[in-house]
Amino acid sequence: MSAAESYVTADGRTIGATVMEMRNITLRFGGVVAIKDISFDIREGEIRAIIGPNGAGKSSMLNVINGFYHPQEGEIWFKGEKRAPMRPHEIAHQGIARTFQNIALFKGMSTLDNIMTGRFTHMKSNLLMQAFWKGPAEREEVENREIAEKIIDFLEIQHIRKTPVGRLPYGLQKRVELGRALAAEPRLLLLDEPMAGMNVEEKEDMSRFILDVNDEFGTTIALIEHDMGVVMDISDRVVVMDYGRKIGDGTPDEVRNNQDVIDAYLGVPHD
Amino acid sequence: MTTGAGLVEGLETFPKILARNAERFGSRPAYREKAFGIWQSWTWADAAREVNALALGLLDMGLAKGDHVAIVGNNRPQLYMAMVAVQSCGAVPVPVYQDAVAEEMAYVLDHCGARFAVVEDQEQVDKLLEITAKLPGLEEIIYLDPRGLRKYDHSKLHPMAEVEARGRERADDMQADHARTLQSRLDDRTAAGTATDTCVMLYTSGTTGRPKGVVLSNLNIISTAQASSEFDHLKASDSVLAYLPMAWVGDFIFSMGQSYWTGFCVCCPESPETMQTDLREIGPSYFFAPPRFFEGLLTSVMIRMEDASKLKQKLFHHYMKIARDVGPRILDGESVGLIDRLRYALGGLLVYGPLKNTLGLSRVRVGYTAGEAIGPEIFDFYRALGINLKQLYGQTEASVFITQQPDGQVRADTVGVPSPGVELRIDDTGEVFYRSPGVFVEYYKNPDSTADTKDAEGWVATGDAGFIEEATGHLRIIDRAKDVGKMASGALFAPKYVENKLKFYPNILEAVVFGDGRDSCTAFINIDLTAVGNWAERNNIAYASYQELAGHPQVYAMIQDHVEEVNRSVAEDEMLSGCQISRFLILHKELDADDGELTRTRKVRRRIIEEKFADLLTALYDGSQEIFTTTEVTYEDGRKGAISATLEIRDAATVPATPREVAA
Repeated sequence: MSAAESYVTADGRTIGATVMEMRNITLRFGGVVAIKDISFDIREGEIRAIIGPNGAGKSSMLNVINGFYHPQEGEIWFKGEKRAPMRPHEIAHQGIARTFQNIALFKGMSTLDNIMTGRFTHMKSNLLMQAFWKGPAEREEVENREIAEKIIDFLEIQHIRKTPVGRLPYGLQKRVELGRALAAEPRLLLLDEPMAGMNVEEKEDMSRFILDVNDEFGTTIALIEHDMGVVMDISDRVVVMDYGRKIGDGTPDEVRNNQDVIDAYLGVPHD
Repeated sequence: MTTGAGLVEGLETFPKILARNAERFGSRPAYREKAFGIWQSWTWADAAREVNALALGLLDMGLAKGDHVAIVGNNRPQLYMAMVAVQSCGAVPVPVYQDAVAEEMAYVLDHCGARFAVVEDQEQVDKLLEITAKLPGLEEIIYLDPRGLRKYDHSKLHPMAEVEARGRERADDMQADHARTLQSRLDDRTAAGTATDTCVMLYTSGTTGRPKGVVLSNLNIISTAQASSEFDHLKASDSVLAYLPMAWVGDFIFSMGQSYWTGFCVCCPESPETMQTDLREIGPSYFFAPPRFFEGLLTSVMIRMEDASKLKQKLFHHYMKIARDVGPRILDGESVGLIDRLRYALGGLLVYGPLKNTLGLSRVRVGYTAGEAIGPEIFDFYRALGINLKQLYGQTEASVFITQQPDGQVRADTVGVPSPGVELRIDDTGEVFYRSPGVFVEYYKNPDSTADTKDAEGWVATGDAGFIEEATGHLRIIDRAKDVGKMASGALFAPKYVENKLKFYPNILEAVVFGDGRDSCTAFINIDLTAVGNWAERNNIAYASYQELAGHPQVYAMIQDHVEEVNRSVAEDEMLSGCQISRFLILHKELDADDGELTRTRKVRRRIIEEKFADLLTALYDGSQEIFTTTEVTYEDGRKGAISATLEIRDAATVPATPREVAA
């Protein structure tokens, strides 16, 4: 599949060419097939959701994109090149950042420090230079702090800038985690269940921030989510997985009317 | 040299004072604001340049003399400067409460006929766009923060930076009449400003009915600012934290009037949530806060002390006792003896100093509280720490100041002596009247209300009942004049008096007392979720919501204790002993301005609450033990929902009147 023409969405965003493409991915853990022959693409500037019932292989899929798992079969194409097997930190350097289903922040560190750690892929000075904090190291710190502060402003978390994240409520921790991922200035942002365990108000806030990130920074977003309502509201295109297979792919409306998807979510009567 | 109108010549308007400040205090800070984690500052010279650029831009867009310009947003230096820019063009700024919902805003904008609005961000733009259909007169919206607004239709919208840039660019362009430049047109407008021109129009929050637009002239504001700055010896080196709504007259006097008059610096917090941190970083020397703020702060100190180590608790309680004994007297300049003075000094080193620093009140030289009565314990706590907290009594219609407490004559139960230039009069019914240079011009487009409030000689009815203490000349306020009523027995009924006593308990956030024309008094209570929640945590009481905690039997028992204690204290006052509470209930929801139960300045709207909870009120008087009720609530985004609950009604013990012994 080649890069299709770019187009403009109803709300005025430009969706560009394909930035990442998964071709016939299969992932096995011993005898268990977690992902079976799945292909889909992610286009520049879009919000792409991966949904499916529990155990459908969504998180495995995200871990494949992220480089944490290496599929036994299939190819991953990123920015028009076939990607060789890589370690997660190498992939981070390519401009892919992520958040986790179970929050993975440094609990004892402040919000600001956590977000600053997201800048590590952009730091060039070494440990010794940073220890003396002179010349380039100082300049770098100032630049990074500036970016971190812009993110803090963007996510409206000024009031918890200096608070250790372990003391924050869950919804705010999720927001800090998004902040840390944004600090890497990613081209592709992976969100693993960004709204899990949130109440309605927190979900609304988070949805707004995801849309704003996409809108303001033009970041391409791939997200996994359980909450169908949220997914259908904010994503441009949706991949539906069930038992490691792809059973649907398209706009929220197309997916909603897909019989396989309805069966997977509501169950099929046994007669 | 003063003009006939009583103002210093050449300083009759804000733009003119700004020109003086730019010259005299050019390199001193006029504004500070925390942005991206760093305090940014504007010197008076910067402020003058920015105001000029914005005024040019506004003039270029066609702002006419006498136009009203709505200003909506949190406290931001640019919005303060926008008000002066508007005045430079000969137009009138109308600050609007930033948390008002769209319909409230529509009323105000429609009433004042604003053609222009200067707003802070997307939230406010959205509100205005929602109501544009109802506001055909609103032509241009200028916004400060462009975030999220990129894709909006910009036929009416303009970023403030662009308006300023265009103003600067076209300053020297010849105008259509080929005679003058834009700058010279602006200079003419600014120079034409006089003392009697309208300085600002502020809408009263309105405890009853529709808000009214209070027209205040330059004379009102500037003479009040001058007199009050001199009263407290405010200096250019002072600083103040501007965090109260810009639409409130107090903020206009403190952050505009007094700041311009004396040249002190106005600091704006990063966001409303960071106010506490910013307060500590700025350490203002002049500070204003409503009693609610001081109550909340004290509650949080006490809660945190309970979690502190044993040693710290001991130190705290030991030295706070000393402070309560001698602190207020030391502050009033009385002699307390060498030993006490030394003990107090040691306490200052160990406890008061660090505590004041944590609270951000270390440098407060003059602090005021007003709006509501403050609990004597709370008031004394801050005075004991050596913070010069005083009370003042004021109104929008008076450009704030009616009475205030001079240094050294500070008490919790009075509101002070008449401010400089203010005359006071108490009429037969006990209502307080005043007359001063600060007295407002009129209610905009409302001559009937103007005539009701202000008589031909310039006396204004405050609507409050009170009396002047003969010995000290201090004014004491009892209650709202219209709320003071008679009970069925003919005894005096002063609900606010009792409510305030109830609210002095940290566990009680809000109370509404009923009893006018009835044979006994009853009350609705709102618990304070922070204080009671903390108590619940320490006592292992699980709860999921405000409603559940409010209905908990142990909470009821605790509140009952408070009510009965208040009854005993009310009984001591012979005149008001009839106001003891015989039955009460704890409301299932917090009273909220979004539901119309409180004003935007968080005063209770008695009539509305009475109507809305009529079923509960009936139950309080018909002897039932519990009542099922459903209440409509409005969420922050404007959607409506309903909550229902079964509320318990408790009887509280009352005591017979026990007048204080006069003589032994």
